[in-house]
Amino acid sequence: MSAPTSSPLPITLRQRTEAEVAARVKALESIMIEKGIMTTEAIDRLAEIYENEVGPQLGASVVAKAWTDPEFRTRLLANATEACAEVGIGGLQGEDMVVVENTDTVHNVIACTLCSCYPWPVLGLPPNWYKYPAYRSSIVRAPRRVLRDDFGFDIPESVEIRVWDSSSEMRYWVLPQRPAGTDSLGEAELAELVTRDAMIGTGPVATP
Amino acid sequence: MNGGHDVGGVDGLGPVVVEENEPVFHSDWEKVGFAMFSMSFRGGYFGVDQFRWGIELMHPADYLSSRYYEHWIHTVEHHGERTGKLDLEEVERRTRYYLEHPDEPLPDTKDPELLSFVDAAVKHGVPAGRPSEDPARFAVGDRVRVIDDSPVDHTRKARYVRGKTGEVVMAHGTMIYPDSAGNDLGEDPKHVYTIRFDARHLWGEVTGDPNSSVYFDAWEPYLEPA
Repeated sequence: MSAPTSSPLPITLRQRTEAEVAARVKALESIMIEKGIMTTEAIDRLAEIYENEVGPQLGASVVAKAWTDPEFRTRLLANATEACAEVGIGGLQGEDMVVVENTDTVHNVIACTLCSCYPWPVLGLPPNWYKYPAYRSSIVRAPRRVLRDDFGFDIPESVEIRVWDSSSEMRYWVLPQRPAGTDSLGEAELAELVTRDAMIGTGPVATP
Repeated sequence: MNGGHDVGGVDGLGPVVVEENEPVFHSDWEKVGFAMFSMSFRGGYFGVDQFRWGIELMHPADYLSSRYYEHWIHTVEHHGERTGKLDLEEVERRTRYYLEHPDEPLPDTKDPELLSFVDAAVKHGVPAGRPSEDPARFAVGDRVRVIDDSPVDHTRKARYVRGKTGEVVMAHGTMIYPDSAGNDLGEDPKHVYTIRFDARHLWGEVTGDPNSSVYFDAWEPYLEPA
């Protein structure tokens, strides 16, 4: 009788622990500091920008302005990069932005199937779910089901869903519809209703 | 490449899990990993397309099961080694050291120019548009087909649109061509178009949503008249 044989496992997957990743990153960081391409103060400054300065409140202010200023809305839809620059918004990962408008018959949603492209200057850094494979794989294939089952966001079948796969350096984001019953609200109050997910297309605008 | 990163239309990876009240960064190492992209870009490790290519080279099992910023660390290491700027054995030695001494402080060096770079990069970005004399081969309204081939290196021609026919709905001018820049062959700017694909054409009459479409950006060499 011949000896039992076995094939090696097809992969040897070993996820790093949090501590192992932290040590690996610190090792790289220490080398880069010594080489003069990083400093801890520059890391802290960059993190602070995206924690406290650049986030979805900026996109929300643009949306509220578009809701209250028809000429600005026209300029925003014609050239989002230039319109945002008027109000001092723009920069890294939003060098060429396109705003797509929701209507009674069209709902837009953004994604990046190949990596994690996202309009940082108006939405900040993307949440993990936007960057992880579940969303990226399924939103282009079954957007209505994903929005309903994973986000609890029902889009009627009569409304066309347009999925924008950000495969180039163009950065898309969504101008949601102004909710009914908000005629008395000013721009600042309207901005508070505009959620990050409403500008991704995975959630509604809040109701006042 | 037909890599693990190219997940558009892949089944079985769901559901989407939303983290409630998710912080911008979950840990200090995520901040460092995030900063490494712009700072090693400045340090000459890679351009953005090369950065993506380094991530695409991950084994699909690792790619699908690792934390997001581990992808960034992977490509920094890949390009650091490739360009001779990083000695991965040294990285490994220091990793073992910091595992045992996680609270060991790092040098508190100062570099006002780097601080200025951070603010300027965030504010002004790094535009990908480039001038070109090449006339546009396609115009809004044209019917086009994505060429159905399988490049072995970096491309943005996702598998789910290859061989598919759609309509040009926007023309964006000429931009850095990732299939060149990502493969160390220079910027070689090409026209970029947004193509609209009907969902039933992409996914079939039965499983495709009857009232939806996908908009995908394609560089001109990806396309042929349909």
